Amino acid sequence: MIYEVFRQERKGQPFQHAGTVTAPDERFAEIYAREQYGRRQESAALWLAPRGAVSEIDDFPDEFDLKYRRVDGYSIKTRLREARERAGTLDMAPGAGGDG
Amino acid sequence: MSRRSDLLLSIADDELILGWRNSEWTGIAPFLEEDVAFSSIAQNEIGHARALYELAAAELGTTADELAFDRRPDEYRCAPLVQLRRLEWARTIARHWLYETADEIRLAALKNSDDPEIAGIAAKMDREEAYHRMHAEMWVDRLLSSEDGRSRLSEAVDELWPYALGVLDDELRPELRRRAEERLGRKLPDVEPVSRGVNEAELVQLWEEMTIVRRSAPKGAQW
Repeated sequence: MIYEVFRQERKGQPFQHAGTVTAPDERFAEIYAREQYGRRQESAALWLAPRGAVSEIDDFPDEFDLKYRRVDGYSIKTRLREARERAGTLDMAPGAGGDG
Repeated sequence: MSRRSDLLLSIADDELILGWRNSEWTGIAPFLEEDVAFSSIAQNEIGHARALYELAAAELGTTADELAFDRRPDEYRCAPLVQLRRLEWARTIARHWLYETADEIRLAALKNSDDPEIAGIAAKMDREEAYHRMHAEMWVDRLLSSEDGRSRLSEAVDELWPYALGVLDDELRPELRRRAEERLGRKLPDVEPVSRGVNEAELVQLWEEMTIVRRSAPKGAQW
């Protein structure tokens, strides 16, 4: 069995993929992962998932090229400012020097 | 030599020689993850040996390296259990588990020592040995879970049992028997322990290999 290992460097931080271990069961996997990803004080916590628990995503094909559903290259800053001006909430926006 | 140095050297020699024996699996353990884990355990044991040799060396006016490498094979005080060369996985796991079980009993006694240095080093070792025990127990459970595994473990434990008793002093042996019998769910044979004092022929071969670099270098060489 292959287990995917995620490690958290310090408490409160997000888990990041560290690598894999091959082991006959979950207990062996945990003990090997502790050694491989925890021995050198590099991890505060480990999270193991059997590879079968990882879902592959193939059911959202972008057949109609719906660019507007993607956020890359879409500058929201100007539009947001205009919208806030219209709503009269510009001085409440973060970084505007107001209370919030 | 004081009783204290004698005790420190006995444990240091156990850890050094077992670390050496375990490291014989490096590169050839049953699978990669086990190779990494078992090699790491071997390194820990050698690290414990160094710390213990340093304590003894301070008292004896020598160095850890001299204690580890410059004595004659018949001067080592390790238990015969760790000297045996058993490059067969069931025996390796059986020895590993028997040693860790005995070591836990020994360390618990040493943690209560009146000597603060000995109590301190025992507590530090015990924290690292916790991983070793977790690893050993995992293998024992695995072996006990199948007919084939159970019989291979059983055969190996029976062979090593007199040696395992020899790791501990008389007064701690009943506790080892109690724990081992409870874990295996059966009685272990009443046998004469193979105690430390007389070394196995296999130790000489290990010593030859372990000290070859040191013996071939000029005295006072720096590493």
